[in-house]
Parts: sequence; structure tokens; C-alpha cells
Amino acid sequence: MPLVLFTALVFLGSLSAGLLGALTGLGGGVVLVPLLTLVFHVDIRYAIGASLVSVIATSSGAAAAYVRDGYSNIRIGMFLEIATTIGALCGAFLATRMQTQLLAIVFGLVLIYSAFLSWRQSRHPLPELTTGSPWSKKLELSGEFPVPGGKQSYEVVRIPWGFATMFGAGTLSGLLGIGSGAVKVLAMDRIMRVPFKVSTTTSNFMIGVTAAASAGIYLHRGFIDPALSFPVMLGVLGGSQVGARYLVKANVKLLRIVFTVVILALGLEMIVNGAMQ
Amino acid sequence: MTSDPITNTRAKRFGDRQMETMMGHLLQVGVLLASAVVLIGGALYVHANPGHTPDYRTFQSEPQNLRHFRAVAHGVAAGDPASIIVLGVLLLIATPVARVAFALVAFSIERDKLYIAVSLIVLVVLMFSLLHPV
Repeated sequence: MPLVLFTALVFLGSLSAGLLGALTGLGGGVVLVPLLTLVFHVDIRYAIGASLVSVIATSSGAAAAYVRDGYSNIRIGMFLEIATTIGALCGAFLATRMQTQLLAIVFGLVLIYSAFLSWRQSRHPLPELTTGSPWSKKLELSGEFPVPGGKQSYEVVRIPWGFATMFGAGTLSGLLGIGSGAVKVLAMDRIMRVPFKVSTTTSNFMIGVTAAASAGIYLHRGFIDPALSFPVMLGVLGGSQVGARYLVKANVKLLRIVFTVVILALGLEMIVNGAMQ
Repeated sequence: MTSDPITNTRAKRFGDRQMETMMGHLLQVGVLLASAVVLIGGALYVHANPGHTPDYRTFQSEPQNLRHFRAVAHGVAAGDPASIIVLGVLLLIATPVARVAFALVAFSIERDKLYIAVSLIVLVVLMFSLLHPV
């Protein structure tokens, strides 16, 4: 395939991945890496390198919109970034040493788990905690967010568990070149009881910083191919921007079901492909 | 005389809002700039290699001149398209790093010792990844 055609097709694929990732809230990376490896026959190391670049772009590109809403909590984000960035370093080191077949299988398992998380996402939100762990105040993690007619304050609990889960989220991000936003939201929302909207917006910021921690290692190890990163980065960024803008109008429920089935299938395919090589 | 803890927290949180708004803009400018550089480099690359058939089936690692800052800078100066794309990627990686550095400055102005320490740790981890020799 000539370069122009290859670049154009990868761009279109990345655009769709970014669009779907934004509409479902799972991020572009989970579709992008299987797309590159299974459809375009790209070695998984180049695929996760390009994906990681697009993850940083998406996170930074969405930041201004998220800030405007006033939900994100910079202290929670910064505090947990200690865990995610160190995890990301470990993940990137692992990625440079792990066999590609194993990498594909791990990716497949994470995809299946993401499908499970996305399918479960329709559950009811938990109420805010007004009294949390005593460490919530000491570590300045308690906060407030705007509600109609005032402000709702909240505190957090189970900080060590949240911190440990964030380390895991960082490791996955560095190992597989994905944002692992779902795990980050899980750690904040479900474990630490950070309000859902605060969790999702704070997670967006954390994704970029986390990915930047493994990007340096990827670059030094030669995982980031310029000619491949070019269409992937611009495609995913464009797709996610459009997706975020039309998020309210789309039939998210139906889309989520379709997406869940798609990533489930991709996950199985990655595992089978990895095991057969 | 002790300061009222509630007003103190409010002042801090107000500072946080401003800080986050500026950071949001910082990130957006960074990603726009990086995208523009990648687009220019990418367009030049495609233009320079029209008949080239890309093959990513086998991993060969990128050549040394695309993996180190000084070599990339030389490539950009020489107008090498691949180096220009890598420069864009480096700018992109730099945006979240700049956000953490910016937070460090803001926490220093707020004299929040705990979060000065927290953002310093994050910054050190990021710097280690970017600068450590492999």
C-alpha cells in the first residue's frame, strides 16, 4: 500500500476510534491499538507508541472544556498522579521487555474487562459523602463542586486503596499505550467515593500527565514512529473533539451497547491472534 | 492570631479555580501548537516519500536520530520531515509536563507545602522518564 493511501486510511480509522472513544467515554486507545494491529498489521509496539501519543493529545485537547464546568479537583488529581506516573514508568519498562504475543493477550484481557465496565456503567450514582476519612482533610482532598443554587461539598475515603488502584491504572497505561480512564474513574468514584463528575473530569487531566510519564521511555526505545503517529494523533484528536461536541445529541445508550460488543470481539481477536503467533 | 480556617480554604479554592482555568488554556495552546507542527512535518513526509510502501509488521525500533533530543533538533534544523513530526510529539509530551510545573508555581504562591512536595514528586518522575539515558 502506498504511503498516501496508508496515511489516509489510518487517519480515517483513528478519526472513528477517537469519535467512538469520546462518545462512550472509554477513550480512543482501546479501539485504536486493535485496529492498527489487526487491520493494518502494525507491530503492537508501534501501535501502542502511536496510541499513547494520541492519548496525550485527547486529554490536553479536552482540558479547557472540562475546566469550564468547575468539577475537577486539582489536588486529588495531583496527589494520585504520584501513583499513576510511577505506575506508568513501570508499565513502560515492562512493555519494552515483554514479548509481543503476551502484550497482545494482556491487551485483549483489558479490552474484555473494559467491555464489562462499559456495560455496567448504567448503574446508579452514589451519594456524596459529607464525612470521609480523617486523611481526606489532612491531604486536602476534600472539595466542592457547583450545583444549582450553591455548592455541594464532599470528602473521600479509602485513600490507600484508591492510590494503589491508580498505580495499577498507570501501569496499564504505560504497558498498553492507553489512557486507562475507566480504571482511574473506578478508583476515584467507586473506591474513594469522589463524586462521579469530579472523577471523570479529574481523570481527564490525569490521563495526559500519566501518558507523558511513559512517552519519554517509548520515545527513547523507538516505539514512536513519526509517519504512523502523524495520522493517528491528528485523527484521534479530531474524532474526540467532534465526539465531545455531539455527546449530548447522540443515542449514547445504543452506542454503548454496540461499542461494548465491538471491543469484546476485538479483545477476543487480540487474544486468539496473540496466542496463535 | 489565627486565620479563620473556612475563609482560608475558600481563598485557596478560589485560587485553584483560576489556576485550573489558566492550565486549561495552557494545555489547549500546547496541543494546537503540537498538532500544527505534526501536520507540517507529516505533510512534508508524505510529499517527500510518495512511492514509499510503509511496513510496520516487524518492529525495528526507530533510528537513533529520532530518539534523542539533540539529534532531533539537528534534524529539524536540516528540514527533515520525520524530525519535525518528532518535534511536534515532543511539544505534545511537554504540555502535561508544563501543567505540572505550572501547578508547582501556583502551589508555591499559595504556600501550600504539602502540594509543593506532591507536584515536585510528579515533576521528578516525569523528568526521569524524559531525560534518563536508556
